[in-house]
Amino acid sequence: MADLKGWKEVPIGGVVDTPASSRSYATGAWRVTRPILDENKCINCMQCWLYCPDMAISGKIADGKTKMIGIDLKYCKGCGTCAVVCPVKAIDMKPENEFLK
Amino acid sequence: MPNRVSLTGAAAVSQAMRQINPDVVAAYPITPQTPVVEYYAQYVADGLVDTCMIPVESEHSAMSAVVGSAAAGARTMTATAANGLALMVEIVYIAASYRLPIVMPIVNRALSGPINIHCDHSDAMLVRDSGWIQLMAEDHQEAYDMTIMATKIAEHEDVLLPVMVNFDGFITSHGVDVFEMLDDEVVKEFVGEWVPKYPLLNTEKPITHGSLDLFDWYFEHHRQQEEAMEQAYKNLPAVFEAFEKLSGRNYDFLDLYKTEDADHVMIVMNSTASTAKFVIDELREQGLKVGLVKPRVFTPFPKKELKAALDGKQSVVVLDRAMSFGKEAPLYSLVKSALYDAVSRPQLGSFVYGLGGRDTTPEQLKEAFSYAVEGKLSLDKQLYLGLRD
Repeated sequence: MADLKGWKEVPIGGVVDTPASSRSYATGAWRVTRPILDENKCINCMQCWLYCPDMAISGKIADGKTKMIGIDLKYCKGCGTCAVVCPVKAIDMKPENEFLK
Repeated sequence: MPNRVSLTGAAAVSQAMRQINPDVVAAYPITPQTPVVEYYAQYVADGLVDTCMIPVESEHSAMSAVVGSAAAGARTMTATAANGLALMVEIVYIAASYRLPIVMPIVNRALSGPINIHCDHSDAMLVRDSGWIQLMAEDHQEAYDMTIMATKIAEHEDVLLPVMVNFDGFITSHGVDVFEMLDDEVVKEFVGEWVPKYPLLNTEKPITHGSLDLFDWYFEHHRQQEEAMEQAYKNLPAVFEAFEKLSGRNYDFLDLYKTEDADHVMIVMNSTASTAKFVIDELREQGLKVGLVKPRVFTPFPKKELKAALDGKQSVVVLDRAMSFGKEAPLYSLVKSALYDAVSRPQLGSFVYGLGGRDTTPEQLKEAFSYAVEGKLSLDKQLYLGLRD
């Protein structure tokens, strides 16, 4: 917190005076389970993208078709919603411990 | 040309609101505030104001609508009393912390329970820590004047805090008295146009009001609110002075009545001050050197001014129209604290009076003075005026 602005510099009233400031908030630091995508199972239906509360799923449209690209771990807080809504069980939630070095 | 009129206090305040002509009024009626809103609704219906009036289903909704409106950038007002204010409280705090310069007349009435619709100050004391500026009006003239001044101090760029204008339920709100109104144009020019700092409706510069403010920011925002209150204290004299220039009426944090040479001073807020002045005149005829200090501003509390007025006096009796069960009465505790480092501390006494609209007579005030004159005041014993034993 020491790097945050002091009370004389902060905008009054709790106003957030810059749009899209949540981009600087790395909610990925909260994560204890990590979504792992099995690209072979994924049918690119984009249900995960639709339901993700942190807009951490990337996708694109190519040749008129949706394409799931991946999960942005800077923002993914590991809630597991994507794994639950996936109709083909292409996302597996793994304990974050497994990725500790 | 100023206009001398005879109206109820509620009508006087609604006239001030009409002259301020706010963009939005969202309100819910409650006794004894009802006529303020009722008169105002009539002005809206008659096309006398440009206000968008929002009738809501409760006071909680009224204050919520008012917060939304002020955040959008509109000059906004509402009014309430007692239990209506109690229902608002959650959002009352939010209005202050969001730094929205809302003006709200409070027609002081006893908080339930047991249920009572008459005057006391328990509603004002309920919100003493909410972060609103609290002005206290003795009569129609002060209630009218303070409503206009409230707009000016609330919207000061270094302040940006909401303001409550307190005046006594029924006694002031429903009683008819003579007061002087300013010209519409004079008020319009005095309040000017509010240029909001962070209007939600400015799509050129998108901002967010009301986001989560956790352990990493909330403390800083509260420190800012304290700073704003200090700025209010610093800037109120300039507002008083500017208002005096156009009205001829002198305002200050304290109304000092015959205190200069007084040995014994009474402190009381709002309409009972008029009774106290009457009593003081009588007692002075009997040779007693008595005086009155009437705080016109309760928040920010004029600690320094009180100390200056009371230091060296023989005794001070503080009258509270509210109780703080298990603790000292609110005004008394603040006066006592203000005198902690006085050079020559007066004898102090605490009197609770007039709860639930109990009639406050000159005899009761004389009784309080008699404790002072006879040296019978007790620092830690709360006494009661007009209570049946």
